[in-house]
Amino acid sequence: MYNTSDILETIRMIQNEHLDIRTITMGISLLDCADSDIGRSCDKIYRKITTRARDLVSTGEDIERKYGIPIINKRIAVTPIAMLLGASGGDPVLYAKTLDRAAKAVGVNFIGGYSALVHKGFSPGDEALIASIPDALSLTDFVCASVNVGSTKSGINLDACRIMGEAVRQSAVKTVDRECIGAAKLVVFCNAPEDNPFMAGAFHGPGEPDCVINVGVSGPGVVRAALAGQESKNITEIADIIKRTAFKITRMGQLVGTEASARLGVPFGIVDLSLAPTPAVGDSVAYILEEIGLEQCGAHGTTATLALLNDAVKKGGVMASSKVGGLSGAFIPVSEDAGMIAAASSGALCIEKLEAMTAVCSVGLDMIVIPGDTTAEVIAAIIADEAAIGMVNAKTTAVRVIPAIGKKEGERLSFGGLLGYGPVMKVNKNSPAKFIGRGGQIPAPLQSLKN
Amino acid sequence: MRAVITVIGKDMVGILAKVSTKCAQHNANVIEVTQSVLQDLFAMIMLVELSGLDCEFSALVDEFIKLGEEIGLSIHTMHEDIFNSMHRI
Repeated sequence: MYNTSDILETIRMIQNEHLDIRTITMGISLLDCADSDIGRSCDKIYRKITTRARDLVSTGEDIERKYGIPIINKRIAVTPIAMLLGASGGDPVLYAKTLDRAAKAVGVNFIGGYSALVHKGFSPGDEALIASIPDALSLTDFVCASVNVGSTKSGINLDACRIMGEAVRQSAVKTVDRECIGAAKLVVFCNAPEDNPFMAGAFHGPGEPDCVINVGVSGPGVVRAALAGQESKNITEIADIIKRTAFKITRMGQLVGTEASARLGVPFGIVDLSLAPTPAVGDSVAYILEEIGLEQCGAHGTTATLALLNDAVKKGGVMASSKVGGLSGAFIPVSEDAGMIAAASSGALCIEKLEAMTAVCSVGLDMIVIPGDTTAEVIAAIIADEAAIGMVNAKTTAVRVIPAIGKKEGERLSFGGLLGYGPVMKVNKNSPAKFIGRGGQIPAPLQSLKN
Repeated sequence: MRAVITVIGKDMVGILAKVSTKCAQHNANVIEVTQSVLQDLFAMIMLVELSGLDCEFSALVDEFIKLGEEIGLSIHTMHEDIFNSMHRI
């Protein structure tokens, strides 16, 4: 028989502390859908997605019932569309509309993969796809776009940073009537992982199998609850508590991923053991840092506590799953985290501190609302700075900032749902235009003499 | 397969009877029961074997949720594997 307190602990985590499976994401390769005719290519894509993912949502719901654990999102990631566009030519937005239609047909709430990998340069398909991103995001509901502009092995494509600065701004401009939501569906990466199940940055990398199931877990509320009342513990003991909790959370992901893969007849890819916050009160990464001992997230000490949290989550999670991948760590999306929203609103948390935090957390500057008059060059430079942190530290970094067109510091954008809401944060307006305008490639960093 | 039924709430007469009657109606065999009352809070944990179940597992889950609402208790019916995987290495 089971230990009563173990059973009650599991139920408490789910009922009171927001433990859930954040997403089951099916990765689908579209390479076999490539065709020299874009119409035929789109037909094949629609057929393949609606066949492969036909039972994804219902299977997720069945598993939810069986184990009594909520599975919040069912999603799809596909091969970077720029690869197919290279073969077919034509209007890239047709691909976006096809993906959107397929997502709606199978009932998922996001489809990622309107993507291009340009860390070392552009092919014609990449250029056409990137140019179409603002239109694609404004004309579809569920399509997410991402572009990889740098890597530790190849350096940073500064031309790509410049173009993406403009693309982020235009994506917001074209969706100004919908709280600039376009920019919230666009991520600019350095060292993008090929198996990330989380949106908006999910795509199905060219090195992946034909079809695969990846699972993203969540549970900041559970970690915070485990740390509550541990006033007398030193920081080593705190790290141990986080590890133990992360282990339990990740076991849920492993269980659900294995079961989903068996039921759908698709290989199990990875568990992404990220702590992904939601705007719900209590489900916040910022609150964990505050529970460790900060007056408010953003205070000095935030980077150190976040580094400890990120590392402890990985150490606990790796033991709990046979395959770990994706982004794995702690997310710090400002608009999706009640504690971050509060810290940004009160002025305790600024973009410069968030940038420092991205050097030790799992991703990057995420879901940050910036003033509507921020220039494309400044956004490009934010991207270049963030890519530099990722490149030098051999980690994934990303930028998902939302220019609030027509709004200024102190106002806010409200996206609703899991994307939450965020105050417009102050941005340094000194111009980096000359640097960005130079173009070219920032060379890859030396991998020795590390100091 | 086996499931764990957890009943949590204010103690009252007949909780065990109501839950086990529902199990019997659907041919679910009760293997083990533990219960504890801490002050007024009642917690009962029941391990049941479902190989002879006469309905879908999800239907049983729904019936217990409904029963819980009727008698003012929270009843969770979950496959035992969730506890296995979370608490045993």
